[in-house]
Amino acid sequence: MSEETKSFEPTIIGFTCNWCSYRAADMAGTARMKYAPNVRLIRLMCSGRLDPTFVFKAFANGADGVLVSGCHPGDCHYINQNYKMLRRFHLMKRVLAQMGIEPERIKLLWASAAEGAIFAEEVNKFVEQVRALGPLNWHPGNGAASTVHTPMSAEEVPA
Amino acid sequence: MSDEKKPQERVGVYVCHCGTNIAGVVNVAEVSEWAGREMAKEGVVVARDYKFMCSSLGQELIQKDIKEHGLTRVVVAACSPHLHEKTFRTACNGGGLNPYLCELVSIREQVSWVHTDKSAATEKAKAIVAGGVRRVVHHEPLEPLHVPIHPATLVVGGGIAGIQAALEIAEAGYPVYLVEREPTIGGHMAQFDKTFPTLDCSACILTPKMVDAGNHPNITLLTYSEVEKVDGYVGNFVVTIRKRARSVNEELCTGCGICWEKCPKKVIDDKFEAGLGYRKAVYVPFPQAVPKYPVIDRENCTYYQKGTCKACEKFCPTGAIDFAQEDQVMTVEVGNILLATGWQLFDARKIPNYGYGRLANVFTSLEFERLSNAAGPTGGNIVLRDGKTVPKSVAIVHCVGSRDKNYNNYCSAICCMQSLKFAHLVKEKTGATVYNFYIDIRTPGKGYDEFYQRLIEEGTLFVRGKVAEITDAARNPGEEGKLIVQVEDTLVGKQRRIPVDMVILSAGLEPQPDAKEVAKKFGISCSADGFYIERHPKLDPVATMTEGIYLAGCVQGPKDIPSSVAQGAAAAARIVGKIQQKEIALEPVRATVNQEQCSGCRICNNLCPFNAILFHEDRMVSEVNPALCQGCGTCVAACPAGAISGTGFSNEQILSQIEGLLMLNLSSKEAAAA
Ligand SMILES: Cc1cc2nc3c(=O)[nH]c(=O)nc-3n(C[C@H](O)[C@H](O)[C@H](O)COP(=O)(O)OP(=O)(O)OC[C@H]3O[C@@H](n4cnc5c(N)ncnc54)[C@H](O)[C@@H]3O)c2cc1C
Ligand code: SF4
Ligand code: SF4
Repeated sequence: MSEETKSFEPTIIGFTCNWCSYRAADMAGTARMKYAPNVRLIRLMCSGRLDPTFVFKAFANGADGVLVSGCHPGDCHYINQNYKMLRRFHLMKRVLAQMGIEPERIKLLWASAAEGAIFAEEVNKFVEQVRALGPLNWHPGNGAASTVHTPMSAEEVPA
Repeated sequence: MSDEKKPQERVGVYVCHCGTNIAGVVNVAEVSEWAGREMAKEGVVVARDYKFMCSSLGQELIQKDIKEHGLTRVVVAACSPHLHEKTFRTACNGGGLNPYLCELVSIREQVSWVHTDKSAATEKAKAIVAGGVRRVVHHEPLEPLHVPIHPATLVVGGGIAGIQAALEIAEAGYPVYLVEREPTIGGHMAQFDKTFPTLDCSACILTPKMVDAGNHPNITLLTYSEVEKVDGYVGNFVVTIRKRARSVNEELCTGCGICWEKCPKKVIDDKFEAGLGYRKAVYVPFPQAVPKYPVIDRENCTYYQKGTCKACEKFCPTGAIDFAQEDQVMTVEVGNILLATGWQLFDARKIPNYGYGRLANVFTSLEFERLSNAAGPTGGNIVLRDGKTVPKSVAIVHCVGSRDKNYNNYCSAICCMQSLKFAHLVKEKTGATVYNFYIDIRTPGKGYDEFYQRLIEEGTLFVRGKVAEITDAARNPGEEGKLIVQVEDTLVGKQRRIPVDMVILSAGLEPQPDAKEVAKKFGISCSADGFYIERHPKLDPVATMTEGIYLAGCVQGPKDIPSSVAQGAAAAARIVGKIQQKEIALEPVRATVNQEQCSGCRICNNLCPFNAILFHEDRMVSEVNPALCQGCGTCVAACPAGAISGTGFSNEQILSQIEGLLMLNLSSKEAAAA
């Protein structure tokens, strides 16, 4: 590993659901658990809201890893929408692989509102996992994405 | 990219110090200066940091800026939206800005409380603020949806908590359906002898309430019944209830009791008598049961099992026995639901070294309640398993299955007091020597510690230490025929073996065995240990995260009777308040289908668990019913035509937030690459 990768601080976008995983993050905070500052969270109402576009967008805009988290199977606030996300998640992983993005750059985490400790621990593990992969630099101008069309800005995506 | 678009919105950014909670780690002044400078081209016209944004002065600051700077959007960087989203939305509303044009981003729970590196934390806070600013410009003014509230309430579980709540709501003049799965209401309290700390007789204070609930014109009692399905949403739930066949016609039955007198089939009563007594195949759990009608336990009834008997039918003076009776499935409409399904006792068999189930004279706490109860199987005589020997020495073991990382981590809250109550009853009734084996004595209730002091004066012995083993293997003289309690007395610092005649295990309170399935049925969440999660652990212990669903009693966590009653009454007051508002404002976070864009593929139709999406066959387009939609957004993400948009969580909002969150990162990486 080069010098550069050793000091490399990955940036990770984390998608959380409003009911379980965002609250797990809240809980980690309330309990003052410490974890790596590399993850930046987005709150969706449900993990089922996760549009694959969001993941591609995050990678395209410079994220080195994407964390997708929701309620445990069976605990979804919207009954079973996390299963629907799960189906997409596996598909997304394959599509990413075809785009030359290592599947290890995306991680799925089930975390209940009570699992602040698990949330913190898994974030740390994921940060190390992505750090080991090195920077992605999969954004316009960098060549990697030139063959695939992904919606690059909000304006291009139909509402 | 977004910078091509000229931002016309005027955004105000407010970075909260939260005293030192945030400012101790995040350089809040730097974040606000940065936002004012670097985010100006994104529309930021004012950026400030302030000690306590949630204080009235903080809120006034926003309101003043809305007026003076003509703000059209507000971003507050402070604590979790779960804490103060409403506060800042209300503040914006007060300043004349639509509340949904405000975005609260968390730099406390997500930054200052979880990170220690000040510069990394400050950079992350900037990114989060940038995400909020980028997102908020795409917010639209929204109006909450108003739906009417049905005045009826469903109370599930007829223990003391459920009974109290049902009575309070009924007294306020609104209809209640009280669903209890046992043949009678009363819950665990009906099994007890005396109640701590005042030692009033449990039945004397409970049964009048049971009778009131049974007779109240506004309460529909549905015993021997369970909820099968819950449809709808706050204000308008449609609940399917299965009323199991009692095999007794309630219209005709007078509760005279001839049937259970004549029934030849004796059955061990492992429910109400905790396995210590018998009942018949046709039975009421106890004489003061409400309602008074018996049920035939079909699994044990000779007629159902073998085809002959019908003794009850022969003797019933009113012809009320109905062997052909079937379950009744009914639906009721209610506006609010209260769950008060209580607890079950920790299974002491899980701790084999305590010998329960193997050593005859080891009893559980519920068994002891029945032993001590004058209406119980021994007529209130505290005797050994042989039914006659009065114990001369009794050990009471605290914390069985509680505060133990092998079983349950939590404290069951009531066992210390319950153990003290037992010690008193044993002493009073038998004069036996009583030992309490405890880890810590926890008596934090009104009159509770005074009760403990009284017990010490009465001469109860207290041994501090966790019991290692209970055995009948005698080693020393004097141990033969006894149960020996092996314990490390931590105050003396010595191993001790104490021989006794009887051991009572103060087992902890656990969630009901079906707590998880029930939670799922009602769409609420369980904590890891299985108790239901309240909306806020301190400020809202009666509501849940699901609008219209409330909690009371031990279903939310172990607690004593006074707290269960208080919570039942509090939940009732909340529900009555909601009913009186007549309608409820729902979050306008909803999906809508743009009918021009919908291709009619129907992919979304089956994705919605609330059946909110209907398909118009004539026009071949889908449509979302906003009253049923809960706003999860799954259909939005799935529509291949991009025809569905989510109000409050649109693609633009989320994609722009991603851009914002990565703004700093991208520029620094590009700078590094250049
Ligand atoms: C041995 C012992 C002694 C105690 N002594 C005292 C005392 O002296 N003083 C004191 O203050 N506290 C005492 N407690 C604590 C007391 O038992 C609880 O505070 C009280 O029972 C809580 O009432 P509840 O209504 O929440 O639950 P419960 O009494 O458990 O009632 C719940 C009811 O809901 C019903 N139910 C469950 N699931 C469903 C379902 N799915 N559908 C329909 N109905 C359902 C149950 O059948 C039950 O009737 C004692 C506890 C123990 C273990
Ligand atoms: S998924 Fe989209 S296009 Fe298909 S029916 Fe639903 S709204 Fe119409
Ligand atoms: S957003 Fe969720 S709840 Fe609303 S219609 Fe779509 S799938 Fe159903």
